[in-house]
Amino acid sequence: MSTRTPLSIAQALGSARHGGDHWWVQRLTAVALVPLTFWLAAATVSLVDADHATFTAWISTPGRAVLVLLFIFATFYHLKLGLQVVIEDYVRPRWITVTALIVNVFFCFLVGTACAFAVLKLAIGA
Amino acid sequence: MSEVERPLSPHLQIYRPQLTSLLSIMHRATGVVLTLGALLWAWWLVGAAYGPEAFATVQAFLGSWFGRLLLLGFTFSLFYHLCNGVRHMLWDIGWGFDLPVLYRSGWIMLFCSIALTLLAFIAGYAMRGGS
Repeated sequence: MSTRTPLSIAQALGSARHGGDHWWVQRLTAVALVPLTFWLAAATVSLVDADHATFTAWISTPGRAVLVLLFIFATFYHLKLGLQVVIEDYVRPRWITVTALIVNVFFCFLVGTACAFAVLKLAIGA
Repeated sequence: MSEVERPLSPHLQIYRPQLTSLLSIMHRATGVVLTLGALLWAWWLVGAAYGPEAFATVQAFLGSWFGRLLLLGFTFSLFYHLCNGVRHMLWDIGWGFDLPVLYRSGWIMLFCSIALTLLAFIAGYAMRGGS
């Protein structure tokens, strides 16, 4: 039986019991990103000199487009989780912490969606 | 909401840095740096989606000396975060907590991230025919 009052729990003075999930998804996305990053890094090196037509042709095959989309999803999910911890650790006072946490989520959704849309437009619209 | 004043740890003014702690904070630092790298990467993709002119602008910027300098920093950050991330995964499965092993894996990780960065740049320059 806990001796903590419901109020003390509600005031965020203890665990919200979401830590395990955060930790686990950070690892899952990391595991996915190891092969995806090696693959994409090699592909990017091969595209250093590419013009628009070459780049579009490269990304237009279904396999590559799907892998880039997976990379985008895993990256921005992982990025959101990582930045969240940095913000929680270093950003004070509290109202700026909360504001930064909200901005973090919006930022990751915005940039991630923009990347995903770009891939879809290039792959489907080409 | 009440803000409790808790003691800070580690106490940075009297804390003596070691390889282990420096590599650890570098993992965070490279993670934050990679946020900016992700933005640059997004600009590359979105530029391509806007069309040939926008993409050429991005490619020209990335090919400039400043663009290459940024790419060097982001490439090292990426491989550092990746290699040290693998080190973290090994710790997660319970491997490598003895102090000598911890130091050795740290040096190996650092060597691998520098080697992969050099490899990527050598391959990149080879793709451009040396320019």
